[in-house]
Amino acid sequence: MKLKVISGIALLLMVLLYACQSEDDLEFKRYYTTGNVIYQNKCQNCHGANGQGLSALIPPLTDSVYLKTNKTNLACYVKYGLKGEVKLAGKTFNDAMPANDMASVDIAEVLTYITNSFGNKMGVVTSQQVDADLAKCK
Amino acid sequence: MKNLLNAVVIIALFSACKFNQQKTLPIYGNRSTATKTINGQTEVDTVYQTIPPFKFINQYGDSVSNKNVSNSIYVADFFFTTCPSICPIMQRNMLTVYDAFKADPNFNILSYTIDPKHDSVNVLKKYADKLGVTGKSWLFLQGKKEETYQLATNYLVSKPQEDAKQQYIHDGLFILVDKQQRIRGSYDGTDPKQVNQLIEDIKTLKTEPDQTK
Repeated sequence: MKLKVISGIALLLMVLLYACQSEDDLEFKRYYTTGNVIYQNKCQNCHGANGQGLSALIPPLTDSVYLKTNKTNLACYVKYGLKGEVKLAGKTFNDAMPANDMASVDIAEVLTYITNSFGNKMGVVTSQQVDADLAKCK
Repeated sequence: MKNLLNAVVIIALFSACKFNQQKTLPIYGNRSTATKTINGQTEVDTVYQTIPPFKFINQYGDSVSNKNVSNSIYVADFFFTTCPSICPIMQRNMLTVYDAFKADPNFNILSYTIDPKHDSVNVLKKYADKLGVTGKSWLFLQGKKEETYQLATNYLVSKPQEDAKQQYIHDGLFILVDKQQRIRGSYDGTDPKQVNQLIEDIKTLKTEPDQTK
């Protein structure tokens, strides 16, 4: 009996706690989860399951400093691809990344996943931000 | 009672020994028979499918033929340097095979490009450098497109095709070939588990009497 009451209270508390999660938290989780699926379909072949990249051919996604300093360019890289020399993680890369023409919301989701995995922690990337960044692509 | 127990233990030990018998890898491909006469007696021999003679150029600009690998166990795959789909996974997995056996002078990896127009010797050398491949154990080979495609079928890999977008579709297979040029295994190069099996199978193959010559 006692156990039932305790577990009942615990369950109630968990439900309350979950309901109390802020809207932002929920949005982050939605973006992150869908982003994970997009990553597996579109990015993982080259960048690897752990964002490790491939030798000096394909850059890793683990360089938090690079991701932070290029935060507003990331959407452009995904949508239009990337050519030319890139320096990160102590190496130089010079091979082309193909374009991935996706909807802004998909780009936002996959960027949320990437910038919050592999040791990165940059918070949610919204589709509004992506739209704003895409307008400024070089 | 004690005797019975002893008997059980002995039987168990014997059957344990049987389980430890050396595993041998299968020999793939078509086979035919050849009849020859030795000392007046007619003997029938099995002739296995082998990789036909080939001649390609490697990333150092050297000519490589089947003779160069006649004393090697080797793994073959088909790829191209600008492949965005499965090649990076294949090469990531092939790197683990390379790292496991790169010190062995009688082991090779042959990666044939199916896009020889783009993948010149220079491109292949740069690709190998960037992948971190040095020495002559992993060879990136370039030859005529038709010959490469034909050779693919000899490795029991499906013939590469170009789809409407001029993208290449091809299997991600790793083929294990022994010193007699016979196919001994075929593995999905995009699956790390199968690639680990390949590494185990190479170790097994190396212990075969025919392979230690």
